[in-house]
Amino acid sequence: MRLITHNMLSCNIKGVTNGFPLRIEAGNVIEKEVDFNPDFIRHMFAKLEWKALVEGARSMGYAELPEDSPDAAVLESDESFLKKLHHALLELHLEEGALVCPETGRKFPVNKGIPNMLLHEDEV
Amino acid sequence: MWFLCVFYHRLLDFRKPEVEALAELFGEEIAENESLQWRLPEHHHNDTPFHFVQLSSEEIARNIAKRSILVKGMYELWGEGTCYEELKESILSYPDSRKLQFLTSDSTFRISVETFGKALTFEEQKDRIQSLTYIPFEGRVNLKNPDHNFFLMEMIESEENNGLQPILQRRIFFGREVGFADRKLLPTFQLKSRTYLGPTAMDAEMAFLMANQAKATSGKLVYDPFVGTGSILVSAAQFGAMTMGADIDIRVVRDGRGPDCNVWSNFKQYGLPMPVALLRMDNNLPPWRSGLKEIFDAIICDPPYGVRAGGRKSGGRKILRGTVDPYTVPDDKRTDHIPSTGAYSLVECVHDLLHLAARMLVMKGRLVFFFPVLRDETGGEVKFPEHPCFKLVAVSEQILSSRYSRVLLTMVKVEPYSEEIKEAARLMHLEFRENHLKWLEDGNIHSSVFKPIDSSQIHTDPKAFKDPKPKYRGKYV
Repeated sequence: MRLITHNMLSCNIKGVTNGFPLRIEAGNVIEKEVDFNPDFIRHMFAKLEWKALVEGARSMGYAELPEDSPDAAVLESDESFLKKLHHALLELHLEEGALVCPETGRKFPVNKGIPNMLLHEDEV
Repeated sequence: MWFLCVFYHRLLDFRKPEVEALAELFGEEIAENESLQWRLPEHHHNDTPFHFVQLSSEEIARNIAKRSILVKGMYELWGEGTCYEELKESILSYPDSRKLQFLTSDSTFRISVETFGKALTFEEQKDRIQSLTYIPFEGRVNLKNPDHNFFLMEMIESEENNGLQPILQRRIFFGREVGFADRKLLPTFQLKSRTYLGPTAMDAEMAFLMANQAKATSGKLVYDPFVGTGSILVSAAQFGAMTMGADIDIRVVRDGRGPDCNVWSNFKQYGLPMPVALLRMDNNLPPWRSGLKEIFDAIICDPPYGVRAGGRKSGGRKILRGTVDPYTVPDDKRTDHIPSTGAYSLVECVHDLLHLAARMLVMKGRLVFFFPVLRDETGGEVKFPEHPCFKLVAVSEQILSSRYSRVLLTMVKVEPYSEEIKEAARLMHLEFRENHLKWLEDGNIHSSVFKPIDSSQIHTDPKAFKDPKPKYRGKYV
C-alpha cells in the first residue's frame, strides 16, 4: 500500500465521524522504484491532505517532506521537491502492517501490500 | 479535411465512437453537443468498412489510426469511382498541389491493391496497378519501407459477401495512406497467453476499446472498482495511464493463484508499471475520506451482471436473517474473519457505481462500463441508468447470444457533485428500478439467459435448418 492510497482512506464504521487519517502501523516497509511522471504528481498534489501525508511518511520512515503544504508555485519550479513527493507517494510500500482508526482503534490489516477495508457484520 | 477511414469489419457499433473518443483525445476541437462529421460513400450501407470523416489535420488522423483497435487505416482520398474510367477522371481532377509533393523523384513509394468481396490473382492485381500510369510517379518503388504508401481499394459485388450487406454497385477508391493500425498490439496482449486469468477477464480487444473510450493516457489516473484479475487496467496501463483497482473478493486481488500468478504478474508480463493501488473494499460502503472528490480521470469497469458472476456487498447475515441481532465477531477471531456478504443486485450495483463516479471523477472525466440487455423480440426502446451529473455520449452493443447482449456505455461528467444532485440521483434510481428493470432484479437476468428453449418451437422438419443463402451477419461480427 502506498501513501497515495493511504491519503484517500478513512474508517467507515457506522457512527464514526473522525476516521481520517488512519494511523499506520508499519510492519514491513519496502522501497520500489517507479518511473517519475511530473504531470501526474502535480495533478495528485491538488488532491492531497498534506498533514496526513507527512505523518504517514514519517511512520514509514521518510521524514524529508516539509511540514507545511508548499504553494503551487513550488510545484512548477522545484523539481527536487516534486521528486521527493514522488518518492513519498509512490515509492514507499507498506507490505505488511495495519491501518488503525483514530477514533475506535479498529485495525484494518495490510497483507501483501493490499489493505483490507471490508467491515465486519457488526460494523455496518 | 476529409479522410477515408477504413474499418475492420468487427464490432460495428464500436467503430465510430472509438474514433470520436480518440479524435477528442488527440486534440480535435469538437463543439459542445456535436460530434465528428461523417459521410458514406455513394450507395454504401452504414455497415460498410468505408467511411469518410472530417478531421482538422493529417496528424490527428495518423494518431487515431495508430492507437485505434478497429480502424485499419486512414487515407487521403485521391479519387473514387464505380469503374476505372471514373476513377481516372476523379484522380486527374484532384488538385496537383495535393498530389505532386508525394510523387517527387527523390521519394520512394508502393502501391497496394486491396479487394473486398473477392480475392484477385497476382496478375489481376498487377494489371490494376499498371492502369494507374496516368499518375506521374517519379520516385522509386520500395516495397518494404516506402516514404509514401498508396492503396487501391476495390469493393466487388459478389454472391458471398463475407457477412456484408450486398453492395449495390462496385466502387473503387485510390488514396495515400496517412495512418495505419498497430497490428502487433492484439497478438501481444491476447488472453490465451496471459499469466493470470479469471472467468470474467475482459478480452484484450475489448479492454483496449474500453481504454480508448475512456481516453486513457499518460498522466491520468484510471480506476476499476471491480478489478478482478486486472484485465481492463492492463490495457489502460499500456496506453500510459496510472491505474488503481478494488474488489470485494480478496482472494482474486491479493492472493491470485500463487506468488507468480496474480494481478501483479499480469503487469510484469508486459513490462507495464504496477497499479498504484489494489484494495479490498465494498463499493456499497466505500472507505473514502469525506473530503475526497474529483480524483480519477476515468473509471472503466465491467460490473457483475449476475449471469456468470454475481455481485456481493457487506452485511450478509443481517440481510439474510432479518430480525437477528448483528453478528458480533469474538475478539480472538477478528484478525482472520472473512465477513459474510449478501446479494447485490445489478441495479443497486450500477447506482453505487454512478454515485462513485459522480463524486470521484474529475469534470469531463469519463465513466465507461458494460450493461447487460435482454434481446427482446418486441424491440422495445431500451433505457439505461442515468445520473444528473452525466451525459451519455456513446452506446455500443455487443451481441453475446441470441438471448442477450451487453452494451458499452460511455458517460462524461458534466455537472459537479453536490448534495442536491445526490438526492435527485436517488430519485432517478428509484424510478429506474421501478419501471424499467423487472427482469434484471435478483437473478432474473440469469434465468432469462439460461432458460431452456420451449420445445414446441423446435421444427421437426429438417429442411428448415438448411439455409442456402448466407444470412447477413450484421452486428454478430
